Amino acid sequence: MIEVDVVILGGGIVGASAALALSRQGRRVALLERDFCGSHSSGVNYGGVRRQGRPLSQLPLSQRAHGIWARLPELIGIDGEYQRSGHLKLARSLDDLAALHAYADSSQGFGLDLQMLDREQLQRRFPWVGKIAEGASFCPDDGHANPRLVSPAFARAARLLGATVLEQSEVSEVEHDGRRFILRTQTGLEVRAPWLLNCAGAWAGNLAARFGETVPMHAGHPAMLVTEPLPRVMDASTGVEGGGIYARQVTRGNCVLGGGQGFALDHARARPGQAAVLEILRQAVELYPFLEGAQAIRTWSGTEGYLPDRQPVIGPSRTQPGLLHAFGFAGAGFQIAPAVGEVLAELVCQGQSSTPIEAFSITRFQSTPAV
Amino acid sequence: MSAIVIVGAGPAGIRAAQTLVAHGLRPCLLDEAARGGGQIYRRQPENFRRSPVTLYGFEARKAVAVHQTLDRLREQLDYRPDTLVWNAEDGALDTLQQGRAGRLAYARVIVATGATDRVLPVPGWTLPGVYSLGAAQIALKYQGCAIGQRVVFAGSGPLLYLVAYQYAKAGAKVVAVLDSAPFSAQCRALPGLLKQPLTLAKGLYYRSWLMAHGIPVHQDAHLQQIDGEQRVQSLCWRQGTSLHALDCDALALAHGLRSETQLADLLGCHFSWNPLNRAWLPDRDTAGRSSVAGVYLAGDGAGIMGADAAEMAGERAALALLEDLGRAVDPQRTAFLEARLQRIDTFRQGLEQAFPFPERWAPDAPDTLMLCRCEEVSVGEVRAVVREGHWEINRVKAHCRVGMGRCQGRICGAAAAEIIASESGLGLDGIGRLRAQAPIKPLPFGVEVAP
Repeated sequence: MIEVDVVILGGGIVGASAALALSRQGRRVALLERDFCGSHSSGVNYGGVRRQGRPLSQLPLSQRAHGIWARLPELIGIDGEYQRSGHLKLARSLDDLAALHAYADSSQGFGLDLQMLDREQLQRRFPWVGKIAEGASFCPDDGHANPRLVSPAFARAARLLGATVLEQSEVSEVEHDGRRFILRTQTGLEVRAPWLLNCAGAWAGNLAARFGETVPMHAGHPAMLVTEPLPRVMDASTGVEGGGIYARQVTRGNCVLGGGQGFALDHARARPGQAAVLEILRQAVELYPFLEGAQAIRTWSGTEGYLPDRQPVIGPSRTQPGLLHAFGFAGAGFQIAPAVGEVLAELVCQGQSSTPIEAFSITRFQSTPAV
Repeated sequence: MSAIVIVGAGPAGIRAAQTLVAHGLRPCLLDEAARGGGQIYRRQPENFRRSPVTLYGFEARKAVAVHQTLDRLREQLDYRPDTLVWNAEDGALDTLQQGRAGRLAYARVIVATGATDRVLPVPGWTLPGVYSLGAAQIALKYQGCAIGQRVVFAGSGPLLYLVAYQYAKAGAKVVAVLDSAPFSAQCRALPGLLKQPLTLAKGLYYRSWLMAHGIPVHQDAHLQQIDGEQRVQSLCWRQGTSLHALDCDALALAHGLRSETQLADLLGCHFSWNPLNRAWLPDRDTAGRSSVAGVYLAGDGAGIMGADAAEMAGERAALALLEDLGRAVDPQRTAFLEARLQRIDTFRQGLEQAFPFPERWAPDAPDTLMLCRCEEVSVGEVRAVVREGHWEINRVKAHCRVGMGRCQGRICGAAAAEIIASESGLGLDGIGRLRAQAPIKPLPFGVEVAP
C-alpha cells in the first residue's frame, strides 16, 4: 500500500508535469500509468510547441508554458530537441489571410508578436513554401520539439525528485472513503491520497463519470508521417489556416507531417489509414514543393481526447472535493501541458491558480450523475 | 467485388495460386518483383540467357517447375507484378504499382511475404563492399554480377556454403568461408538433419566441394572487424583466442534468415514468441490459418522452413482457404502435406542445432558498433537507454531511434532485440515485439492515386 499526498492518473505530459511541479514543492506523489509514460498522445503527437492559433482563453496558460519551455533542460534534464524556429501559419486563400489578420488583431497584447506576411514577403522569407499560399502569419518564438523524448522526460524528472512512478499499472478501482481516494491497480497495488488528479487523456471521461461528471468526450486519431532525412530546407514549423496539414523538419533532416484523421484499432491503439496518408502526400507537395519525390518512411497515429468546444477541462471537480481534472486538449496539449502541471500543483498547494482557467471548468457541461 | 488475394509470388505464393486455380478460382497474385519466383528462385531479366542449371544448380528442376507453373497460370490469374503492398486495413490492401497508389479489397488473403537475411552487425559492416548473403546471391543470380573480386563469406546457416559455392562455380575468387558454428554443433545436429538426407547431402556436398577446391572453410570462426578506406580491404576474425587477418574486397554476411512479418502484423494477426526462429511470428494452425478469419500464412514469411516447405505450405494454405469457402478438397492431400511439413520442421530444428545462433554476439558487441544504420544508432546508445530503465523494444526505439528509419527495423530489428535482451537481462521473449507501421516500404510524395 502506498500513501501519498497526491495520486495522479495518467503518465502523459500533463500528469507527468503535475507530478514534477508537485515534487518540486515537496509533495509526495504517485503517478499511475496504464502503459508507459509518454507512450500515447503525449509522445506521438506532432511536436508543435505553438501558441499561435490558440483560442484567446488559452493564451495566458500558453504564455506561462512558453516561459517553462525556455527552461526545459534545467527542468527535465534534456533539451528535447526543442527549438524556437518560429511557427508559420499559411493562408491558402485571401479569406484565410483575412482570418489570420483578424486573429493577429485580437491576440494583440498577449505577447505573441505575430508578423503578417503577404504573398511576396512570404516567398522572400520562406522560399520553400509553395505558390499556393496567399500569405501567412509568423510567430517567431513558437517552435517544435521531440515529444518522444520530452514527455517521458517529465516523468523521469519527477521520479528523480522522489515521485513514485508506476508504469504498466492500470487502475481498476477508484473510491473515496470520505477522507481520501483509494485506487487499486490490476497488479494488486493500492494507493491512497487526499488528492486525485485526472490526467488520463482520451480515457479521462471514465474517471469523471465515476464521480458523476459525465462529459461529452470523443477520441480523435491524427494521421502522422515522417520522411527519410532530407537536406535542411524548412526553417519554421508550419500549419495551415482552416486546417489541412502541418509540417516541420527536425535537425536530422526528417520532415514530420500531420493532417486528417486516422482510425482506432481498439481503445488504446490507432492507425492513420490509407486515405489520410495519401491526402498528406498530395497536399504536402502543393504546400512544400521540395518534398516531391521524397519518401515517407513511417506513419503513426495516437488517441486524443476532444470535447465539443475543442477546449480542455482544467480545474476542480464540481462533485468531488480533492479531485482535479486536466484532460481533453483536442490535440493541442503538448505546448501548454507544462503550465497545466504547474496550475494543478497550485490548486493542490495554494487552493487557486495564478493563471485564469475559468473557461475550462467542467461545469460548462450539463453533467448528469453516473448511473 | 472482393478478391481472393495472394501476396508474394515465391514458391509459396505460386503453389497457392495454382491450387486455387485448380479449384476454379481466379485469385489475384501481387508481387513486388518484376518476375515471379521469389528470392530463392529469382529469375534473371527477360533478355538474359543463362541456363537454369547455371542459375539454380541442384535446385534447377524445382525452380523451373515453379516458374513454369506461374507462366502457365498467367491467363487464369489476376497477376500483378511490380506491386508493393504497403498497408492493410479493414478488408483492403493498399498497393503501390509504378508510382500509382491503389487499393484492392480482399475477401481472403494468403500472405506469402518471404524472408530476408538476419544480419548481425560487426564493426565496419556499413563499408561499401559489405553485402548480406542473400543480396550477394541475388547479384549473381539476377544480374550475373559478383559483389567483388576476392570475396569472403561469413556468418552461419546453410545459405553460407551454398552462396560461397555458387560464387566459386561462377568464377569468383572465394577467399574464405567463416562459419561461426563450431564443428561439434554440426555433429550433434546430425540425427535431426538425417530426416532430410537429400538436403543434408547437398549441404555436405557444397562444403566438400569448397574444401576440395582449396577454399579455406573455418568453423567456430567469428568475424571481428571489417576494415578499409573507401571500401572493404581486409577483415579480422577470431577462432578461440587467436586472431586472424584476411585481405578481400567484398564480404557477404548473415546468420540465417528472418521472416517478413509486417503485413501479417498490419492485418491484425496475433503473434507468439518462437524460440527456434528467435522471433515473434504470426500464429497459424497446421494448415496455415492465422488468428484472423480470412487471413492465411504460408512460406518463410510465417517462419523459416525453406523453399520446399514453402511450396507445400502455399498449397496447404490454399486448400484451407478452399475448405473455409465450403469447397471439397482431398483430405489425403491435406494430410500428406501436413505430415511432410511436420518432417521438414524437425529437420529445421536440426539445422538450428547445426548452425546455432552466436550467443556471445550481443554481450561482446562493442559500444561503438553501429547497430541501426538508417538512423545511425550505436550499440552503446541502445544500451544507455536500457540502463535508464527502458526494456520494452518499442520504448527503446522511441528513445534512441533504433529501428525507426527507412528499413523500419527489417535490417537491425533482430540485432537490436538481442542487445536489449542482453543488456536488460530479460531474455528475448521478455522485451516485447517491434510493432509494424505502414508503409511496409517507403512511399513517395507525389504518388498518383488510382481512381
